[in-house]
Amino acid sequence: MIGIIRYGAGNIFSLTAALERLGIAYGMVNTEADFEQFDRYIIPGVGHAGAAMNKLEQTGLVPKIKSLNKPTLGICVGMQLLTSHSEEGDANLLNLFPIKTLKFTSDGSFKVPHTGWNQVFPEKENPLFENIPAGSHFYFVHSYFIEYDQLYTLSSTSYINKFSASIWHGNFYGVQFHPEKSGTYGETLLKNFSKI
Amino acid sequence: MLAKRIIPCLDVKDGRTVKGVNFVDLRDAGDPVELAWNYSQQGADELVFLDITATVERRKTMVELVKAVARQINIPFTIGGGINEIADADALLNAGADKISINSAAVRNPALIDELARAFGVQFVVIAVDTRVIGDKNIVHLNGGRLPTEKQTLDWIIEAENRGAGEILLTSMDHDGTKAGFDNGLLKLVNDTVNIPVIASGGAGSVQHFVDVFQQTNVDAALAASVFHYGEILIPDLKSVLRENNIEVRV
Repeated sequence: MIGIIRYGAGNIFSLTAALERLGIAYGMVNTEADFEQFDRYIIPGVGHAGAAMNKLEQTGLVPKIKSLNKPTLGICVGMQLLTSHSEEGDANLLNLFPIKTLKFTSDGSFKVPHTGWNQVFPEKENPLFENIPAGSHFYFVHSYFIEYDQLYTLSSTSYINKFSASIWHGNFYGVQFHPEKSGTYGETLLKNFSKI
Repeated sequence: MLAKRIIPCLDVKDGRTVKGVNFVDLRDAGDPVELAWNYSQQGADELVFLDITATVERRKTMVELVKAVARQINIPFTIGGGINEIADADALLNAGADKISINSAAVRNPALIDELARAFGVQFVVIAVDTRVIGDKNIVHLNGGRLPTEKQTLDWIIEAENRGAGEILLTSMDHDGTKAGFDNGLLKLVNDTVNIPVIASGGAGSVQHFVDVFQQTNVDAALAASVFHYGEILIPDLKSVLRENNIEVRV
């Protein structure tokens, strides 16, 4: 059963609705004691990474999150929180991945936020992308991106520059796109995560 | 590559779609959720719901609709119509809406754009602009194109972007309903001027019109209502023609 870590950063209605459609059991993690009830976790998040990190720190759950050894998936800003630093709010983050979240710099030929369906290309073998063909489209909406890194990038997307569409290190995963809004391949990814 | 988006638009009143819908395989053509699901299965990239409910209960009915859509639909959607304050937007966000579209309320109170962008992020704030030519100028209109304002369209769009709009939904009232094609001249001008996504609306009558708008203006998305509702254009056919014309679309 998936525990969704609640820290007040953004709406999770669409995420829980997707899990319900897929028949994936979930519950909420509000306190440290709640972690025990679940075998995997999702860190959701939308909005401002610095503000989201402040909220997460206020919950007192940061040391516990950093020590997790069960599969843990950050979505969008929840993924960015796993990195060391974000240019959004010049914020130090969880540093579970020693890579940075940077702001898109556009010369005007690309729009920011990066909004819409873009292609995702796996860079490594991993069950998270099982039954998802290379180049499948996922739904993105973000102004900051996680730098591409050969070690940690699980799949990449190109917009202005090549960046991490997803990251993977040990039991920690992150996806920049919104699987709950990404059609059937997004649903496949959530199903895959529920079985990792 | 980032795909160009195809967006069916549904007009909703009191929780029901109001424009005629002519799908053979729907049990209930007035049910916006069933219609939305059908479009998502056809390959629509996003949906826009324009709520024209005018009762005191409107926020409640909009929230119920948004929740029902979010429960069933696995693509992003925008809801517009009668959003006047932060509390309206907050209720819709928490019900699962990905974006809200603001039109008249933003023209009457432009600072609302700043407030919404600060509270929810620019990606949540779509500014819908209805434009009509008067003399030789494009002028912003309210009330579905009936009420001209003082604002010139391009000036207003630039102001909206500067205040925190994350996307522009531009409807040409001169083209809307004509099925003679999008207003590609104005759309190119707007798209070249702003640095946020632009959705073209008004005038779609054939598949070629979608090819034209993407080739001639490079807008990010194209929206239409009746050609989809009446089955005159099927989204899979539209996408295959776009692909044949080397326009990137989601398969």
